[in-house]
Amino acid sequence: MNNSIITLEGVVKRFGSNVVVKNLNLEVAQGEFLTLLGPSGCGKTTTLRMIAGFEEASEGTIKVEGERVEDKEPFQRNVNTVFQNYALFPHMTVFNNIAYGLTIKKVPKAEINERVTEMLRMVQMEPYAKRKPDELSGGQKQRVAIARALVNRPKVLLLDEPLGALDLKLRKQMQIELKRLQKKLGITFIYVTHDQEEALTMSDRIAVMHDGILEQLDSPTEIYEHPKTRFVAGFIGESNIFDGKVVAKEGDVLTVETAEGNLQVIGPDFAVGEEMHVSIRPEYLEVSTSPVAGFTLEGKIKDFIYQGSVVKTAVDLNGGMEVKYSRFEQDNSVSEGEKVYVCWKPEKAVAIKKFDQGAV
Amino acid sequence: MSSASQAMPKKKNLLPKMAMAGPVSLWMILFVTIPLMYIIFISFMSRGVFGDVLYKPTTESYTTILDPTYFKVIVKSLQAAGITTLLCILIGYPFAYIIARKPKDVAAKMITLLMIPFWTNSLMRLNAWLLLFQTSGPVNNFLVNFGFVDKPIGFIYTDELVMIGLITNMLPFAVLPLYSTIEKLEKSLLEASADLGADAKTTFMKVTLPITFPGIFSAIILVFIPSLGIYTVTDMLGGGKVMYIGNIIKNQFGAIRNWPLGAALSVLLIVITMLLIFIYTRFAKIEDMEVV
Ligand SMILES: Nc1ncnc2c1ncn2[C@@H]1O[C@H](COP(=O)(O)OP(=O)(O)O)[C@@H](O)[C@H]1O
Ligand SMILES: [Mg+2]
Repeated sequence: MNNSIITLEGVVKRFGSNVVVKNLNLEVAQGEFLTLLGPSGCGKTTTLRMIAGFEEASEGTIKVEGERVEDKEPFQRNVNTVFQNYALFPHMTVFNNIAYGLTIKKVPKAEINERVTEMLRMVQMEPYAKRKPDELSGGQKQRVAIARALVNRPKVLLLDEPLGALDLKLRKQMQIELKRLQKKLGITFIYVTHDQEEALTMSDRIAVMHDGILEQLDSPTEIYEHPKTRFVAGFIGESNIFDGKVVAKEGDVLTVETAEGNLQVIGPDFAVGEEMHVSIRPEYLEVSTSPVAGFTLEGKIKDFIYQGSVVKTAVDLNGGMEVKYSRFEQDNSVSEGEKVYVCWKPEKAVAIKKFDQGAV
Repeated sequence: MSSASQAMPKKKNLLPKMAMAGPVSLWMILFVTIPLMYIIFISFMSRGVFGDVLYKPTTESYTTILDPTYFKVIVKSLQAAGITTLLCILIGYPFAYIIARKPKDVAAKMITLLMIPFWTNSLMRLNAWLLLFQTSGPVNNFLVNFGFVDKPIGFIYTDELVMIGLITNMLPFAVLPLYSTIEKLEKSLLEASADLGADAKTTFMKVTLPITFPGIFSAIILVFIPSLGIYTVTDMLGGGKVMYIGNIIKNQFGAIRNWPLGAALSVLLIVITMLLIFIYTRFAKIEDMEVV
């Protein structure tokens, strides 16, 4: 990547004997919205803190605009952070909070006034300039925290679950606002969240992390439609995942033997005898009352789950696994307790390589 | 109708509150308000020939306070208390900061260590000091034997030793409120400051210090007021030669038996105390009072 603004090479972070980030390689392009996505404790915050300079990498290099920053203090790096708990200065007004960075850099008073006012307008907080942080709602604090960082015109803005404390409706609204702001300003955002929906909505690219390992770095569509690991398939959206072994290959169509029975999937890069995983999204899973060629997955309709825009149907397979399929309306062709055969179009399923622990 | 139903619960809630406040109020009236009133009353009375209180109103005691002999002592006491407070905060702040940044269990142990001398009997502690610093005590023996000085230094019964005694005595009162506010200071605020370009010194001046100011003020009150009135330290380490306002009050009520003058000096101390607390409540929020 020639326009990369942040580069992590072989970054490892240990806390004592606990390896929290394992050999992380990551390039973030100028102006990109990159999300670090993963479950709690996977090392997202630690990664962000290493870029900001609050934690030192145990191994590897971190570059901002091609320049190594390991030896620079946080206040010497041209990145700014929006903290998860906002971290607004309680003894300062909204205005002074936003002006803080500029005051430190001894920007002339008139310019500070102008830039802070512009920021206040941008985050729609003008009427609150004189208030103290404890007189603001969560959403308002969030806006101030973002304005306080952006007013410094950083090359990169680091955001650690910035919407985590907001209620669902406000969160959705702020997601869109933030994304628009980022596009308008053209600033690189590195955004941490554990919410896959948020990641899919906002990001140009998503880096899915798990146990300190970068599992997949791709566009939201790629991540959703072509998960590369079993973890990514399970973590992003809802998916039915089978573990099995290739027993036959005709052209690119694999027949896979699993504990639940045989199934089919397209997999050009797989060989007979290879162990693998198969992921099928609920929207693509089908049931039939008669057997289907290539599939020997049998089960019983368990129940229907109404979810507003879709209705899910749960099926108990004979091997003990539960699978789900979703339709826009309740599937009236089957009833609870009915015996069904589960299948899908092989091209709709995703074939996933089985990796040894730790390798990607 | 609605207003009546609103008033009802209020009335109901008042009774238990009064029941609880009652005994406390009674206690306060009996043991604080009445004695205080009595002190103020006596301070305006005259002294009898035999050291008794004559119930003849006069402001004589207050004019005596302004007499240079007494006034000098008052100023000297204020000075000593001020220096004690300043030094306790200068020493106590970094101390409290270090403790507050330790893990909780280590911090608890350090606080306990700090409190141990405070829990030991103060007369015993002060006597130990005298033994340590007297002319033939271990400190002087050490200094003379190792050639640091030619002859023993007269540490005891000096203003300096009194000052050191006051500081060590008062230090826990400074460290505790400082610790409790510094401990509440979120680390992310310091990181946010660094993130926005401030170096460690700027962060301290612009974030740490202003946010922990209520703790500093509590420490000032908790150290300044007792150091102003204390007489055990000054009596013992000063050997009666070093006179502070506390010693004079004690002597007026004791050996000298001039109760009106002692009362007037006490009133002066109370006024200074109230003034400080008034300033405190103006500058700090009421919730922070819990520290005091
Ligand atoms: N300062 C620290 N000391 C020791 N362990 C830490 C420290 N910070 C984070 N960890 C550990 O590192 C792991 C990853 O933490 P973190 O990066 O905060 O995860 P995430 O942000 O993805 O939830 C966790 O297991 C956490 O306990
Ligand atoms: Mg985190």
